[in-house]
Amino acid sequence: MTDLTKTPKAPVAQQDRRGIGDAIRAWWDGLSRPAQWAVGVPIIALLALMPLFPPPLLDTPGVSFGGVMAQFAMYALIAIGLNVVVGQAGLLDLGYVGFYAVGAYTVGLLTSPNSPWNQTDGGWLQPGWAWVACLPIAIALTALAGLILGAPTLRLRGDYLAIVTLGFGEIVRLMADNLGDLTNGSLGLSKIAYPTVGESEAHPGGFFSPGNLGDTSSWNPFQRASNGTWWFWLGMVFVIVVLLIIGNLERSRVGRSWVAIREDEDAAEIMGVPTFKFKLWAFVIGASVGGLSGAMYAGQVTYVNPKQFDIILSMLFLCAVVLGGSGNKLGVIVGAFLIAYLPMRLQSVQLVSSESTGYLLLGLDVAMLIGLWLLWRWKKDALATWVRRAVIGVSIVAVIFGLLLFGSVLLFRPGGAQNLGDLKYLYFGIALVVMMILRPQGLFPVRQKLLAYGRQVYQAVVRKPAAESIGAGR
Amino acid sequence: MTSAASLGVTLLAEGSIDFNVSGVIDQFWRLTVDGLTYGSIYALVAVGYTLVYGVLRLINFAHSEIFMLGMFGTYVGLELLGFAPSGNVYSQGVGLTVLYLGLAMLFGMLVSGIAAVGLERVAYRPLRKRGAKPLAFLITAIGMSFVIQEFVHYILPKIKPGLGGSNAQTGIRLVEPKVQFSFLGAQVTNVALVIIASAVVLAITTEIVINRTKFGRAIRAVAQDPDTATLMGVSRERVIVLTFLIGGLLAGAAAMLYTLYIPTGIIFSGGFILGIKAFSAAVLGGIGNLRGALLGGLILGVAEQYGQILFGTEWRDVVAFVLLVTVLMFRPTGILGESLGRARA
Repeated sequence: MTDLTKTPKAPVAQQDRRGIGDAIRAWWDGLSRPAQWAVGVPIIALLALMPLFPPPLLDTPGVSFGGVMAQFAMYALIAIGLNVVVGQAGLLDLGYVGFYAVGAYTVGLLTSPNSPWNQTDGGWLQPGWAWVACLPIAIALTALAGLILGAPTLRLRGDYLAIVTLGFGEIVRLMADNLGDLTNGSLGLSKIAYPTVGESEAHPGGFFSPGNLGDTSSWNPFQRASNGTWWFWLGMVFVIVVLLIIGNLERSRVGRSWVAIREDEDAAEIMGVPTFKFKLWAFVIGASVGGLSGAMYAGQVTYVNPKQFDIILSMLFLCAVVLGGSGNKLGVIVGAFLIAYLPMRLQSVQLVSSESTGYLLLGLDVAMLIGLWLLWRWKKDALATWVRRAVIGVSIVAVIFGLLLFGSVLLFRPGGAQNLGDLKYLYFGIALVVMMILRPQGLFPVRQKLLAYGRQVYQAVVRKPAAESIGAGR
Repeated sequence: MTSAASLGVTLLAEGSIDFNVSGVIDQFWRLTVDGLTYGSIYALVAVGYTLVYGVLRLINFAHSEIFMLGMFGTYVGLELLGFAPSGNVYSQGVGLTVLYLGLAMLFGMLVSGIAAVGLERVAYRPLRKRGAKPLAFLITAIGMSFVIQEFVHYILPKIKPGLGGSNAQTGIRLVEPKVQFSFLGAQVTNVALVIIASAVVLAITTEIVINRTKFGRAIRAVAQDPDTATLMGVSRERVIVLTFLIGGLLAGAAAMLYTLYIPTGIIFSGGFILGIKAFSAAVLGGIGNLRGALLGGLILGVAEQYGQILFGTEWRDVVAFVLLVTVLMFRPTGILGESLGRARA
């Protein structure tokens, strides 16, 4: 083939170019288990320390960085749970927020003074242990909700399943809104229990109470941490535990069945996979992780109301999964980070202070973009590789800068957007569309690998011939 | 635990959920008329979902935003014609009323039609060229729906002050509702008559366009088998644009009828719930099936009205979704099944 086509240079260069992601992946897969832990633990420790000493550019002025990171941890849990349903088993679930709400409302109903089912005030829940005791209840109830929803509807496929789950998500929200005697309607449930750890004179409610703002002058990490940071730490523990459990599930028969169902349900059924059973498993497991996250959320904000669980949030969760790379556990965590972090980061950005400067800069930016585009259009082949890359890079920066400027210009309107954070859905929508056009598989796409004995086989086979594998097999 | 159980029972017995059966029986015909009015609007929007699904196998989640743009189109159009927010032409004779109603509908259809075709051009065509997966289309649709909503929320007021923004616009009431006649005890207003009649006319027109014209045949051919249709000389791209156009036009018409019926609903998020319900209607009737969409819309509208009285107003949306889930459980392809492609010429 290569003799006939006689275009040796470009395709080989294409094939030889391995992304930085591939390099990291190969290096990681090459490490032994203990070595992986040896690398992983310091990284986790660094992550845990991040909210204590917010990195300058990453910080979110105006909003507590610890709180943002806590939200990230909750979204990460959600993304991992939803990834089981969407990424692993290939079931499109648009009503995942329903499970999140069930988890949050379980804790709320059992511990809020507004609820008639409140059990902390003389009931069977000790106030000090209420939140911790509610956690397994919330997980169990959400799993039950997953079972109740999944059992009748999982016979449906694809788009039908999507719309039924969407309906379910709405039903949960409307129930929370309408069962006013129980859920306090749209007013919501307040004063929900949270873990009471480390109560002292400095922290009357303990480390996890909303009142704990953290002592930034202290070098003791436990004193320095605000309540958001504590929730982030707790969330990290949950994320790691859930990742271990789900990682093991993935490599088991269950995980292989999920992949088989995702790739071709009919073929899987014919080959003897009880598809309904495993789809239900995926649904229930995904749901219970969502419930765990919901319970955390209820504890952190100590307040739930139906508005917090609308369909838009469900779409955001799905977007976290798809942005990160549906099917890739670590990828979806990055997706969750983007979803949680970017709106908060934008919230404090104010690029220009006067309207005319804004328009001027915007005009310059657009002119530069048009210039770059024309250059690309007509002189693309004459440019050196590094110039081409520079053009692409500068264009991307210019587009992002232009969008931010555009938003800033829009802010000069009385009664309009207050800051760029208000425009988050606008940017988010644009990002989704651009992302789907340019990189539909997500930022960190999943690679299919051998699920049983994966590492051993990979290491036995790939080590030696890796240098010469430029053929069609790649 | 006993308190929890007893609470559950009291909740059903005397709490939020009352079964007001006598109310439904007493007001049966009034509810039916209201339901048909709402249902006609759902049906018109549902056609847009069903056509696109039939041809592209794609849930166009941004269709609800097309509908919302149609409401704004109607508003702006009427403003251009020089109407005050309370202008009522009904007293000036039937001919003039029909003329203005027609113009208002034209504005709505124009805006929605252009928006639908533009949406296809900007968001879906690049994806189709790359042969993207269905999930990518869905996410794009969600993204576009955000973009359109936020456009109306933040950018539109910047372009034209007083339009869009966070507060709901009150639509221009061309026709003041007035009881025309009584149908088995139900009061039928002129507005309801206009809505039902327009919906019937538009539905029949669409049916004729799809079933009798050359374009309609092309649409059905592509829905049935895109590859063979292409081989037979049907331009798939043109069919897709046409499908989006028809869906957009009908959504615009529905938007105008909706503002006529509920003038307080013109807001950037105003299309969302209605869009979901119209989509439910399309699924209910059998998505991809034109008659199914119409039937589903009417059934959903009527069922919602009965449910609203039976369980209480706040349960209206729940009734719609529960109905959808129930029908899908027993008949996963909807009431009439999928058949845009299988329709006879």
